[in-house]
Amino acid sequence: MDQESAAASGASLISLTEHEQRYYSGLRALCQADAPGKLSSSKVAELFKASQLPPESLHKVTEVCGAKHLGYFGTAQFYIALKLLAAAQSGLPVRLESVAGNLPLPRFAGLKNEPEMRYAAAPPASDPQGAPVGSVAWNAADRGSFRHLEANTDKKPEPWSPPRSPCGSPPRSPLTYRSYPYSKQRNGVDAQIPYDGKLSSRSIVQPEQHSSPGHYVNKLAAEHPAVAQASSAERLNQPATLSYSDDDPWRITAEQLDYYTNQFKILQPDLGALILGAVAKNFFTKSKLPIPELSHIWELSDVDRDGALTFTEFCIAFHLIVARKNGYPLPESLPLTLQPAPAQHPEERFPDTPESSEPLIVFEDAALRSCQVVKDPNSVARLDPTLASRKQDLQEESLNQDGSVTRLGSSREKPALQLGAFPEKPEPHQDLDPQTRTKTRQRSYSSTSIDDAIKKAEEPPTPPPRPQKTHSRASSLDLNKLFQQGAPGVKSGWLLPPPALPPRPSASQVPHFLKVSEQASQSKVQQPNFADFSHFREEGGGLQEESGVKREEQGLASRFGLSSEDLGSTSQQDVSCTPHGQVPQKPIRRKYHPESQSLETGAPPPPMPFLPPAKTSQKLLSRQKREIQMAIRKNRETNAVLRRLNSELQQQLKVVHQERVTLESQLELLRPLAST
Amino acid sequence: MFHICLLMFSPQNYPLYIRSVPCQNELKFHYTVHTSLDVVEEKVSAVGKSLADQRELYLGLLYPTEDYKVYGYVTNSKVKFVIVVDSSNTSLRDNEIRSMFRKLHNSFTDVMCNPFYNPGDPIQSKAFNGIVSGMMVQTVCVF
Repeated sequence: MDQESAAASGASLISLTEHEQRYYSGLRALCQADAPGKLSSSKVAELFKASQLPPESLHKVTEVCGAKHLGYFGTAQFYIALKLLAAAQSGLPVRLESVAGNLPLPRFAGLKNEPEMRYAAAPPASDPQGAPVGSVAWNAADRGSFRHLEANTDKKPEPWSPPRSPCGSPPRSPLTYRSYPYSKQRNGVDAQIPYDGKLSSRSIVQPEQHSSPGHYVNKLAAEHPAVAQASSAERLNQPATLSYSDDDPWRITAEQLDYYTNQFKILQPDLGALILGAVAKNFFTKSKLPIPELSHIWELSDVDRDGALTFTEFCIAFHLIVARKNGYPLPESLPLTLQPAPAQHPEERFPDTPESSEPLIVFEDAALRSCQVVKDPNSVARLDPTLASRKQDLQEESLNQDGSVTRLGSSREKPALQLGAFPEKPEPHQDLDPQTRTKTRQRSYSSTSIDDAIKKAEEPPTPPPRPQKTHSRASSLDLNKLFQQGAPGVKSGWLLPPPALPPRPSASQVPHFLKVSEQASQSKVQQPNFADFSHFREEGGGLQEESGVKREEQGLASRFGLSSEDLGSTSQQDVSCTPHGQVPQKPIRRKYHPESQSLETGAPPPPMPFLPPAKTSQKLLSRQKREIQMAIRKNRETNAVLRRLNSELQQQLKVVHQERVTLESQLELLRPLAST
Repeated sequence: MFHICLLMFSPQNYPLYIRSVPCQNELKFHYTVHTSLDVVEEKVSAVGKSLADQRELYLGLLYPTEDYKVYGYVTNSKVKFVIVVDSSNTSLRDNEIRSMFRKLHNSFTDVMCNPFYNPGDPIQSKAFNGIVSGMMVQTVCVF
């Protein structure tokens, strides 16, 4: 279409703020002419006259914008002309360079359309505030300012109820930097709202605005008149804007992706692994969203229905939570752009027809080209090609202050592709949907599926220590048994024994085991040292109080630890403490002292224990730290489990209470009957 | 006019989910279903061997009343599904009922997988609602 190409080429030369976009498209709608792509020159001339510029300037404008050359006003020319008019009105020379800067909107006196006037009046007031603030303010706006937006939008006659409650809860600080122009969604739906409502709300909004979010709301409010005033072409965009408005907040930007990645890594270091349900639940509960909403978010994001979140699913969930916290109502099904893989679930909110997707793509291309050509990062950041792609841009601009044009361009291409393909998608979606669903139904129903599900949910917080079956030094000792009891530090400690002076591992369990193995091999030598165990035993008993975490391991463990330390330090002394399966964590740190003592008292005083008293203390300290950390970790895990149990029990308790209350009330009712 | 009603009961026999289509005289359905719970219990306790076979999950026609047919299905965690249909739905075959139960079980598993769902809560999942509605409408409309 001429219009689009013209718009594209035109928009490529200039960068328009969203504000300007709306205004200009509104004006263009005014001047919409007979031939597509051409604006009625008479109306354009009228508009130009309304700008109250001298005729020479008008001629200059016409010339510069290329309309003279073309012979007609295409969209691009028109936009450039408007920009030039604005420049001229602000006193800048009528040249192409002057359109590159931030200009207030051109003012047209005596326009037929009142809203245009009002719109023209309003934006200049807000423009100075908005235009320079523009991109810079986006982030500031984003930071927790959507409550403000909410307040503004509350005044508007919203077709759907914006969620008030999430606005009330303060968004998590890490989330606030993400901006979801709430009004994006509003745009699409508000398109039909009559002018008066919008204008009045806009006027209400205006005094409220004291920051860019207010400005943004204002802009969007101003946009509505333009939108509602649209011609048929514009009206086509409106259902498209519906879809786009759903698109944009649901697209994850790179910045957000980074953030999600970091959060994922905090929960689960391996990006390829799953976050288990309970872990995710605890994490997302911190967002203070109500549980039903979190439940719904989970449903949307757990695409493979496995009760755990892959990285993609996690991003989706996080994104939805962020959107929710910023005030977006939760979609009924996963928005198209948020879906993890191509053609997963159909987007219910896309009432698009192929026709309506067309102009979207067009504008998008315009946006693409425009943003690609633009050099000025600020203008890029504030680039809002047209109604449709404006919203995606906003989101991306706001988050890409550095003006990564290419990324903007590429990301804008995506919705074009997606939208273009959308008409074909619903069917494959629906086909795939049952497929994916049936695929995930591989889980066996015959077996205890639900019980397993419940159990699996409960298990992750405290995974039982896994026995280390493979053991390079597996000898006559029942190392499996030892490992089963020991667990965590085994692997770390396993590396330690070889050095002559074994560094004390945190758990120092493996050295214990190693010692045991060594003991087994050197059992004969151990005889003289065997007696030392009594000393160790006492010492171990004394150390038991320290290991608060592993109480069950105390006796044996401490003994074993002592003996292992002994072995480790000496590498000669082997005490056959085979029966000591448990591996202590805490008692270890003190072992060297009793060890040294016992060693002294014991048979041949091994040189090793005394070798590094200084080193020993250092290692002890580090080991202590590690032990403490492990203990802390374990405590946290148990805490989490207990908390969950507590919450579940609380809920059961509530249910029981309710039942009791109903029963009692029934009893009350029956009592008079019984008495009569 | 065909009625169909679905109820789900927790292992403790309090309702987790109630849905009936098209008309909303749920009370009558509830009564029927509660009486059918006795039958369910009876059948469940009668099944001695391990419930590894899905056929045992499906309890079949619990009992036909004068107006309704009641079908039961119990999951491994003793969550009971009961479907009540009009007796006038003579063309509603057993296979279809089975498939309905299977779908229900699928959806229910999804709900359970949601870590935010506590077992025993009434089911408020929109996805589950959607599936149930679709199923019921489909069943009602077929006939």
